[in-house]
Amino acid sequence: MSDDHARRLAALLERVPYMGFLGMRAELAGDEMTAVLPFAPKLIGNTVLPALHGGVIGAFLEMTAVCQLWLHAPEKRLPRTIDVTIEYLRSGRPVTTYARADVRKVGRRIANVHVEAWQDSRDKPVAALRGHFMLADAIGAGE
Amino acid sequence: MSEDSRISPDLAERMARATPQSAALGLRAVSAGRDWAIMAVPWRADLVGDPESGVIAGGVVTTLLDQTCGLAVSSRAHAEGRLTGLATLDLRIDYMRGAEPGKDIFARAHCYRLTRSIGFVRAAAYEVDEADPVATAQAAFALTPASSVPSRS
Repeated sequence: MSDDHARRLAALLERVPYMGFLGMRAELAGDEMTAVLPFAPKLIGNTVLPALHGGVIGAFLEMTAVCQLWLHAPEKRLPRTIDVTIEYLRSGRPVTTYARADVRKVGRRIANVHVEAWQDSRDKPVAALRGHFMLADAIGAGE
Repeated sequence: MSEDSRISPDLAERMARATPQSAALGLRAVSAGRDWAIMAVPWRADLVGDPESGVIAGGVVTTLLDQTCGLAVSSRAHAEGRLTGLATLDLRIDYMRGAEPGKDIFARAHCYRLTRSIGFVRAAAYEVDEADPVATAQAAFALTPASSVPSRS
């Protein structure tokens, strides 16, 4: 991973409208990507607590997986989500949220990815995702 | 969809609009009954997840399904005379295909079981025909003290 990857990742975040809608960013340290979701009032799903919307947290986890997979082959199309299971562990407070993806397996067509999101402390995750993603090569090719 | 809508349109509207995120997405409650709810989200250029195809981001469908499942649980709790807040425990989503660009996406959720502390829900997201879904979902919600009504996480 190089500065080139960092630039391409930044360009991807700008090119995908929904990532801009969320206000999502990403930082690279070697090949390890940390996705960053700065707090914004429109991300709130519970005004009483207050807490981030569960859908926003799920979407952020999914986008983190997609970005991490895309980094392996940044010249290709984005991987397509097949299925995700999102577990909500703690209420997402109105602060910056971080996420890291662990690519558990990359097959010829399908990848399995685990993602965890946290806020102040990495050992107190707010949510986790496990999912399968169709890789770019397999999209539209007898998938 | 012949059942009467037993949840007041006012409550449904409040549930749909109460949260800044659902307002930001333009989510709306379409109808709701004693254990089900239908909500919709409009296609918008700034919600696209794949710039090559114009398909709306999976995350938008995730939020629509989460919110609609929550409304179905709330509707059932309301129909049983229970005031409760909700927290999503888990949400499983299967994406069958990309949603058609330019079309509203609907979600229909059914709270098929409500225990003292947990609501179990199934849902599907579709543009026109529920039998041809964009995505299906299965979720569990924890019921929380009523102080957090009507908002939810």
